Amino acid sequence: MAGKRAFRRAIASSLCAVALMLTVGPVAWAQKKELPSVSGRVPQPVIEPARGGQCVEDPAFMRRNHMQLLKHQRDETVHGGVRAAKYSLKACIDCHASKATGSVTVANTNFCQSCHSYAAVKIDCFECHASKPAQSSFPPIAPHGQAGTHALSQQLRQLVTQQQAKP
Amino acid sequence: MKPDQTPPSAKSAAPRASRRGFLGVAAAGLAGVMLAPGVRLIEIAQAAPGTPSANASSKVRWGMLIDSNKCASGCNDCVTACNTENGLSGGTRPTDSQWIRKIEIKEIRTGKTQSLPMMCQHCAEPPCVDVCPTGASFKRADGIVLVDKHICIGCRYCVMACPYKARSFVHEPQTNQKPDVPRGMGTVEGCTLCVHKVDRGEMPACVTACSDAGHGAMIFGDLNDPNSEIAIRVASYSSRQIREDLNLNTGVRYIGI
Repeated sequence: MAGKRAFRRAIASSLCAVALMLTVGPVAWAQKKELPSVSGRVPQPVIEPARGGQCVEDPAFMRRNHMQLLKHQRDETVHGGVRAAKYSLKACIDCHASKATGSVTVANTNFCQSCHSYAAVKIDCFECHASKPAQSSFPPIAPHGQAGTHALSQQLRQLVTQQQAKP
Repeated sequence: MKPDQTPPSAKSAAPRASRRGFLGVAAAGLAGVMLAPGVRLIEIAQAAPGTPSANASSKVRWGMLIDSNKCASGCNDCVTACNTENGLSGGTRPTDSQWIRKIEIKEIRTGKTQSLPMMCQHCAEPPCVDVCPTGASFKRADGIVLVDKHICIGCRYCVMACPYKARSFVHEPQTNQKPDVPRGMGTVEGCTLCVHKVDRGEMPACVTACSDAGHGAMIFGDLNDPNSEIAIRVASYSSRQIREDLNLNTGVRYIGI
């Protein structure tokens, strides 16, 4: 009986290992190969470069934890009047607003919107909060010349290429 | 009380100390707990979330003194300034938000008319806070009564409870809000005493507009600071609260009514 049980256990564990390889394998392979976002089957979010230099935390940490930081900060601000804090939503927007649209959420290529539509997570912030920096801290949308329009057209091209790459 | 009931802070205050030193600190901690339990409770209550320190201090009581003798009938500058500062439409439909409004009052027997601005009175005992089922309507440590729109469910109990009709409900989706003044459909809002400006050390928009217009009918300041202009005036001239009978201890007071 004991031998039979051990045999069953061995079969079960090897089946698990095969299943694991089947699921993890392609992902690991894709990561190893580091496919450029455009040629992949799944469209990747467009991450626009921010205006400032360094983010308040490491980008990988921010991707996972920005919502907790914002939620904590909002209570500090509303109830305690802590305005110029490290994790304020206003500071995020000031830095991450698109050079083309001036917003973090208007176009599908804008910073917040692109990741959130990729992850299919609805953002409620901007039903109340302004998605653009205050006028004073906000440079003109299309500065003299074609920098702004150029940036927008590049983003659009990237988005269109992604759409075409879809099966 | 046994020594093992010492608060952890007292234990950590004696890093790598000798046995005697540790016992001394533990005894001091115990004495603190036993001698002044009330004081400690208050300290804990002040540090609780909802009243974090930094800018909103309980030592301050923001208030406003409005001299209705100086308030010009027909002048609407405070209302306009409020709408501009906070991104309000300025419409007068029943569904438009109105944080401050001008009202005219008339003494029937003498015919004397007076004009004054009316807004949230920032009560010390706010009825809107008492009725709020979610805790969204709250009073900041410095006496400013606000709505935390993150937890407001839009039930409008506070609109009903306010004797000054100072709260508005946002009926329509909002766009182009000011970065400092988030406003959204389905939540209640009202005068914030321009809390974002006060936190920066500035005056509310209506007060600035009133002095810019040359009336100087509105004074803003700290009622708790005996040297502030508002405290001196309140101490030297008779001022009144609207609906004094409700005993709400309003932060906004009026002269000449």
